[in-house]
Amino acid sequence: MAFVDTVRHRYQTDLEGIKAAGLFKEERYLHSPQSSEIEVEFPVGSTIRKYINICANNYLGLSSHPEVIAAAHAGLDARGYGMSSVRFICGTQDIHRELENRLTAFLGTEDTLLFPSCMDANAGFFEACLNEQDVMIADRLVHASIVDGMRLCKAMQDTYKHSDMGHLEEKLQEHQDKRSRMVITDGVFSMDGDTAKLADIVALAEKYNAMVFVDDSHATGFMGRTGRGTHEHCGVFGKIDVITTTLGKALGGASGGCVSGRRELVEMCRQRARPYLFSNAVAPVIVAGALKVLDLISASTDRRDKLEWNARYWRGLLKEAGFDLKEGDTPIVPVMFYDAKLAQDFARDLFDEGVYAIGFFFPVVPKGQARIRTQLSAAHEKYHLDSAIEAFKKVGKKHGILGLGKKELMARAVA
Amino acid sequence: MDEITQVVRDYITREYLEEGDERAITETTPLISGGIVDSFSMVSLLRFLEKKYSIDIPDQCATPEAFDTVERIAGLVRRFQKAEVIKG
Repeated sequence: MAFVDTVRHRYQTDLEGIKAAGLFKEERYLHSPQSSEIEVEFPVGSTIRKYINICANNYLGLSSHPEVIAAAHAGLDARGYGMSSVRFICGTQDIHRELENRLTAFLGTEDTLLFPSCMDANAGFFEACLNEQDVMIADRLVHASIVDGMRLCKAMQDTYKHSDMGHLEEKLQEHQDKRSRMVITDGVFSMDGDTAKLADIVALAEKYNAMVFVDDSHATGFMGRTGRGTHEHCGVFGKIDVITTTLGKALGGASGGCVSGRRELVEMCRQRARPYLFSNAVAPVIVAGALKVLDLISASTDRRDKLEWNARYWRGLLKEAGFDLKEGDTPIVPVMFYDAKLAQDFARDLFDEGVYAIGFFFPVVPKGQARIRTQLSAAHEKYHLDSAIEAFKKVGKKHGILGLGKKELMARAVA
Repeated sequence: MDEITQVVRDYITREYLEEGDERAITETTPLISGGIVDSFSMVSLLRFLEKKYSIDIPDQCATPEAFDTVERIAGLVRRFQKAEVIKG
């Protein structure tokens, strides 16, 4: 046994350092299914209380939908609990391929490959499809899983200022000597809730002969008129070379992700992407649930329409109350505080008022950009939002920040 | 301010500050610990320096500490320029 006292002490010191820096994360235990109202035990051992939940990725409210649960039960009975295999040995059932085909049709691509998560899809894609002759040009605010995936790939890395098309064009001009260029972006940016300028990106990619990669995890199922994603929203459906997305958010919220796009790129992932090759197939129960989710969202846009209404209503309530918001038209509505301590204190006070929201600060968001990211769901009813805004107003008054703009809030943070 | 310091400072201002960002980059402004440059976007700077000065900066030398100020970055460039001359 080599876990001697000095080694233990070193880890304890590191953990104390994380705590001292205010970066220590604690889990809160939910005693109910995921929904817009949840029962939470926090701190550990305290009485379980009901909270309005405004920080889940349960955009379409399908995480605990009765039809999805019933389909998952049926899938469990028909295809069993686990696959005990990776896909290419003996882990592929007919329903895995059926789900891939359904996702291909829904996303408007040529082919799809399931991964255990979108984190895995992003971690595996670049290394499988690009090499040192190529260049990856990413928006600076892409998700951490893309950053990790790019670091595993031998292709040259470069970045452009967030959504700055002039800067992207400069980079594309600069890298004309490379064999292939790939522009990499999120569809909807998870921390800011803004949307990539996909129409401009596609136009630039065509002009400079580049491929386009979009992580649409925070968009699939609800962005665009029929919920196909950011490419539908931006009028470039069918023009994206690679889409990665997740089943872990709007599409039922369980787990699993995929790479969907040009046939040859998807096939390269099937042959070479390490998270696909070396981890178990997505469990049949999740595949069966996801198929039902696709049935539901293909049959009606009611849920994405309700989500859109909720997001607009919530944004209006916050603005009217005098909060400083990041502009956008997605169900991610960041309330800006700039100061990390204020964001944390505010979230804690909201929790005391029965609203579950989380403060985000550096290094998750840039320094001086602390916020509470609120996220809407089709499972929210108007009364949830009316109740949550009362809590926001009460806590806002307590901290004296209602009506303050960016400059005043930042000045307060410095003082 | 020497030529290298000036070039590094100008590149960082152009490459990393958003339009309307009025922060002035001096030789000692903390870039990475100050949140102006992050470890992900630092790659652009590394590639620019290698191309501009025809040097190779190995990964183990391109640390967030070594890239934290214009002064340190310029020092790193000078060090590897000398190394190139010796190699040459």
